[in-house]
Amino acid sequence: MTLAVVIAYLGLVLVIGVLSHRLAAVTGEDYFVASRTIGPFVLLMTLFGTHMTAFALLGASAESYRVGIGVFSLMASSSALMVPLVFFFVGTRVWSIGKRLSLLTQVQFVRERWGSDALGLALFVVLVLLLVPYLLIGVMGGGITLAEVTDGQVPTWVGGLLVSVVVVAYVSYGGLRGTSWVNTFQTSLFMVLGAVTVTVIVSRLGGLEAAFARLREAEPAMLVRGERISPIQLLSYTLIPLSVGMFPHIFVHWLSARSAAAFRAPVALYPLCIAVVWVPSVLLGIFGHLDFPELQGPEANSVLVRMIALHAPGILGGLLGAGVFAAIMSSLDSQSLSIGNMFTQDVVRHYRRRAGRPELSESQTVWVGRLFVFAVVALTFGLSLVVNRRIFGLAVWSFTGFSALLPILLAGLFWRRSTAVGAAASLVTVVVTWIWFFVRAWGRPDYSVGGTGLDPVAVVFGASVLAMLVGSLASRPPDEAAIERFMPR
Amino acid sequence: MKRLLVYLLMGALYLLHNDLWAWNDSRMVLGLPVGLTYHVLFCFAVVGVMWLALRWAWPRDVDPAEVEQR
Repeated sequence: MTLAVVIAYLGLVLVIGVLSHRLAAVTGEDYFVASRTIGPFVLLMTLFGTHMTAFALLGASAESYRVGIGVFSLMASSSALMVPLVFFFVGTRVWSIGKRLSLLTQVQFVRERWGSDALGLALFVVLVLLLVPYLLIGVMGGGITLAEVTDGQVPTWVGGLLVSVVVVAYVSYGGLRGTSWVNTFQTSLFMVLGAVTVTVIVSRLGGLEAAFARLREAEPAMLVRGERISPIQLLSYTLIPLSVGMFPHIFVHWLSARSAAAFRAPVALYPLCIAVVWVPSVLLGIFGHLDFPELQGPEANSVLVRMIALHAPGILGGLLGAGVFAAIMSSLDSQSLSIGNMFTQDVVRHYRRRAGRPELSESQTVWVGRLFVFAVVALTFGLSLVVNRRIFGLAVWSFTGFSALLPILLAGLFWRRSTAVGAAASLVTVVVTWIWFFVRAWGRPDYSVGGTGLDPVAVVFGASVLAMLVGSLASRPPDEAAIERFMPR
Repeated sequence: MKRLLVYLLMGALYLLHNDLWAWNDSRMVLGLPVGLTYHVLFCFAVVGVMWLALRWAWPRDVDPAEVEQR
């Protein structure tokens, strides 16, 4: 029954994606940024759904199982503050410039802002490499979910394959418009079902008060931050949500807005959406100790789904499993589309133009995009079969890289004196410091800089800012005319 | 002046996020451990400040036509 409900849900998602295609025009701009027509409500829901992935449900509940309630302050409330700030200060300006200059990707932004082809190509490579682990989170999360809600009857790889096939189908068919529609449906679903899940399970545990009383007896450390999170870690972690400013999949959704006013809903209501999704995830993670006290390592990734399977089997279990699928697919779709967009615009079209070959027709552009979406998802699925790391760990490393790239975009938007040399220095610094910390932290999930609690993102981000400043000031001032296109006085 | 106030409030929120005073406090407030309740309420405080930001500090360089209409 559970499997039937999940499959019915996936069918419904496909129908919505297909219906959206009826409104689509066969142009590259419609396929990749929905002809810049998305209104406030859909923009809020699709931005939120895209940002919240398996990480927010499976990863957050798993990390809460390990660390306790502090996960909410570490990742959720810090996102509730930093993400709206990024939308407010950065997203609105990106939209404005993107509309004025007909930009479709971050790489185009960087190429045109500083007039450097090599810088654009380097950024393209880094963005794709950082996005792959993030994509993996979704596919692996789909596999874990389906295996757990069916009590192991469906192998993990089948869930990953199912998620991949459905996403490829509706993204290929509906483009960003279809993705936004489906995301709005899926985001509404996982927000509602998150609340339903926690209500049902807490009720089965005897109510909130009783559940907390039992937890206080069994694992009192779950109720405080204590030694598991340090104050310096909390402070440095506030840089992680800045990654939202450099995610290619968020960038394309910004560009899809109908007007600057469409950003008002995401800016004001995002923190509420965060609370609605993260409170249930954190509660179910810590209450997992009451039913599954001995989960070790990667086993904890499935604590949420185990709780669902134990307390809400049958149709409700299937619906709740569908809610997890919704969260996963609402990110995977935008991520794969954004990579397809970058390959199409920044590689195929850009280098055809440079080679003097004729422009692709609108129809050809769309088909090239579809091909890349398929290739990216297929590659991710293949990798998901051989990779086995904690979901949350994968996400944080990906976020660290994206956060540390934000100074490049900030300089492009706000600093007239910034130069291509500064941006290149920042990019190289991010790559080098990121690899340095990644290697040092390999196999050490609780790694911090010098054992101080400081998250590596603080150092990588700081080094990125410094490199931008030094590189720009040490190089020749940029051409005033080029700056005027992006920052008119 | 209102714009400056909004920016100051944003800075204050950043500082208030670091609630060191409730670090090891496991008391229950509004049905949740205080460390969790505080941060849920913090989310609501952000909504309030961002609402003020939309009214008083909307970026001047974004879509000037829209600003004129308002």
